[in-house]
Amino acid sequence: MVLRFKPAGIYCPAGDFYIDPWRPVDRALITHGHSDHARAGHKRYLSTDIAAPVIRHRLGDITLETIPYAREIKIGDARVSFHPAGHVPGSAQIRVEVAGEVWVVSGDYKVTPDALSTPFEPVKCDAFISECTFGLPVFTWPAEEVIRAEINTWWASNAAEGRASLLGAYSFGKAQRVLSLLDAGIGPILTHGAVENTNAVMRAQGIALPDTIQVTPETDPKAHPGALVLAPPSALGSAWARRFGAQSTGFASGWMRLRGVRRRRAADRGFVLSDHADWAGLNSAIADTGAEKIFVTHGYTDIFARWLKDQGYDAEVVPTEFTGETLDDGDAE
Amino acid sequence: MKRFVALYSTIDQTTKTTRKVAALAAYFAAAPDDDKLWTIALFSGRRPRRAITTTKLREWAAERAGIPLWLFEESYPIVGDLAETIALVLPPPSATHDDSLTDWITRLRALDQAEEADRKTAILDAWDRMEAAERLVFNKLLTGGFRVGVSRKLMTRGLAQATGQDEAELAHRLMGDWTPETTTYRALIEAPDPSAGLSRPYPFCLAHALEGAPEDLGQPSEWVAEWKWDGIRGQIIRRGGAHFVWSRGEELMTDRFPEFARLCDYLPDGVVVDGEILAWDHAGDGPLPFNDLQKRIGRKTVPKKLLKDAPAMLVAYDLLENDHTDLRAQPFAERRAALEALLSQTPDDAPIRLAPLLPNDDWRALADLRGAARDKRAEGLMLKRASSPYHVGRKKGDWWKWKLDPLTIDAVMIYAQQGHGRRANLFTDFTFAVWNGNELVPFTKAYSGLTDAEFRKITAWVRKNTLERFGPVRRVTPEHVFEIAFEGIAPSTRHKSGVALRFPRMARWRHDKSAAQANTLDDLNDILAQYG
Repeated sequence: MVLRFKPAGIYCPAGDFYIDPWRPVDRALITHGHSDHARAGHKRYLSTDIAAPVIRHRLGDITLETIPYAREIKIGDARVSFHPAGHVPGSAQIRVEVAGEVWVVSGDYKVTPDALSTPFEPVKCDAFISECTFGLPVFTWPAEEVIRAEINTWWASNAAEGRASLLGAYSFGKAQRVLSLLDAGIGPILTHGAVENTNAVMRAQGIALPDTIQVTPETDPKAHPGALVLAPPSALGSAWARRFGAQSTGFASGWMRLRGVRRRRAADRGFVLSDHADWAGLNSAIADTGAEKIFVTHGYTDIFARWLKDQGYDAEVVPTEFTGETLDDGDAE
Repeated sequence: MKRFVALYSTIDQTTKTTRKVAALAAYFAAAPDDDKLWTIALFSGRRPRRAITTTKLREWAAERAGIPLWLFEESYPIVGDLAETIALVLPPPSATHDDSLTDWITRLRALDQAEEADRKTAILDAWDRMEAAERLVFNKLLTGGFRVGVSRKLMTRGLAQATGQDEAELAHRLMGDWTPETTTYRALIEAPDPSAGLSRPYPFCLAHALEGAPEDLGQPSEWVAEWKWDGIRGQIIRRGGAHFVWSRGEELMTDRFPEFARLCDYLPDGVVVDGEILAWDHAGDGPLPFNDLQKRIGRKTVPKKLLKDAPAMLVAYDLLENDHTDLRAQPFAERRAALEALLSQTPDDAPIRLAPLLPNDDWRALADLRGAARDKRAEGLMLKRASSPYHVGRKKGDWWKWKLDPLTIDAVMIYAQQGHGRRANLFTDFTFAVWNGNELVPFTKAYSGLTDAEFRKITAWVRKNTLERFGPVRRVTPEHVFEIAFEGIAPSTRHKSGVALRFPRMARWRHDKSAAQANTLDDLNDILAQYG
């Protein structure tokens, strides 16, 4: 087997490295900077050059080598290359070839393009290790243009009625994608510190984002009427959020496809915006790999594997400690 | 339909009451009468009869979505709502429509008589002409569950704003067993006399739970104390030579309690009595356990044996109408005096009793009485301000329920299941067990009592500690102990433990206890022996 599933994570014996391991190892290849994939404690890290700044920002002083997309290197007896996953800036699928057999680890991925991430590219392989966070037919994403219009219309009508618009979005990736959709002509954009930290890292690496104002203890909300406030989901409904007075609340997440999830979070609005593939996206991505062997990791794995078997794939569930997109974990740093 | 769907979306997209009411008022000011009538009906729990089984809807939706039925069935519990699941899996529409809410409901009702193939064609065609939000509303009409975050009270308030009518009077007009087929918007809302409907009950006055100490209510002499009975709240209407029995949920129960026909002999015409319906032990002149009344609930006709074993009694505590006159604005003390006068001549074998008043000179003595409520088969005490009118609905300040502290037992969680609706994707439905030797015996389920944060925490734990799956149910490591609170206990042959609880819920997550420290089946049987 090119890759093996070990207690510490996905392991390549030929190259003696792990991919996104969840226990400390000597050599870790990292698909992207989300905390369930890039963990602290490894001796050496390898990621794409675009993903590196956020990983460094989150993990501090680590030994991190970088590699551009599509460049092939040799690690032991394995040929390794990183390919765009379209999930967040710098996110990668990792291709591993040993003795002519090709396996690909998808990491997290999204097949439709957005303004910030390098678009997803299918990679031909024999075995594909895929996430399936949203692996149910109820998860289909509206076009990004539709969501852009929904968010801006909501913001504009709140601004007209004198309410702040509080939008909860994961602070790395989702928040910046929301920023890329906002019509800055509507009003000022305020940010929670967790979001602004990531903004600063991305701006420093040359990713263009609209102007934002970080909320600090000194910030007077009245000085920014009609503002859109971008914060991690856990900040909504907290004491931090109450300073903005009259407000409408919303979340940007794939989970907002489900009315029950939105109501549980007591949000006024849910915007269906995910950095993961939807049902159609997962199916097309898997078909495009040409792989016969599919391993599904996190998400609705049992159901999705059964569906893939129905479609004629040799599909199997692999338990991992990845979580995918979640609304229930606090991510305010 | 588009106007109604827009109303639904506006309501659905805010958590603020004032905005919901404003949206309702704007809708009622603009919509045609037929649509208004159906909207009032839907938001007060009067839904069209289900024309198509949900089994068929699932099959057709899966077929149209191009997915196997099993995949649809797996998706449903995750979404938590059938109407929504169907709306989410269907492909985008290929056509449009301009029909009104009433048009669609009329069409659905006509399907009742249609052949199955025609029904299918009609439903698939409807789905194909609607966008996502419309499909959700349409599917809710089909499946009959129309709980969408608007209480009847909010709807009534919006209607009051739109029509300029008094909210309480409107609430009264909307009572009873009307349907959009049997009335018109004009007759229901605009006809001059709200009590025109002979059988129409009054909106029930409801109590809040007492929060602080009773001393905070002031002098006990300003209050009237009664037992809080553990039965079915009901109104008996005596008008036009007939009688009607209504439940608080506005169900007409006249035929379920044939005993009350005899009340026509004792109550004059133009009388409405509010009270508690109980199964009665005539020998002991007191209520039977709720369990006995339970046997009569839900039965449309009552077998003779049940009439004999669990005869119904109305314990009367208020008089809302006397001599065809609405008394609700009068002080409770005066209504009570009128009720006493009215019932002074009824014989002992009549199925009506005056609710006894408890001595009200001392809060301490009342507290002691409350402590003894279980012996009277009561749930605690009711405190009613002697000077108070009969309010519409739940208004704080004049009626308080001072319930007994619940019974409790510490139990181990052994099974978990995901919730529905707003609790979909969270594990919220649990089965609990007590020890019998080394074995854990399940004895109750409970769904409520934890905070959202606690549900999220236990959900994460369940995912990591699942031992076995049976469909949607997961057997989990017996590790967590919860204090289960309940209002009553009865023997049961349907449960392995031999008991059935009333209103079980999770009172506390006992982080301080290990599974071994949970209670035993013997403890549970002791409670049964004492309170069953």
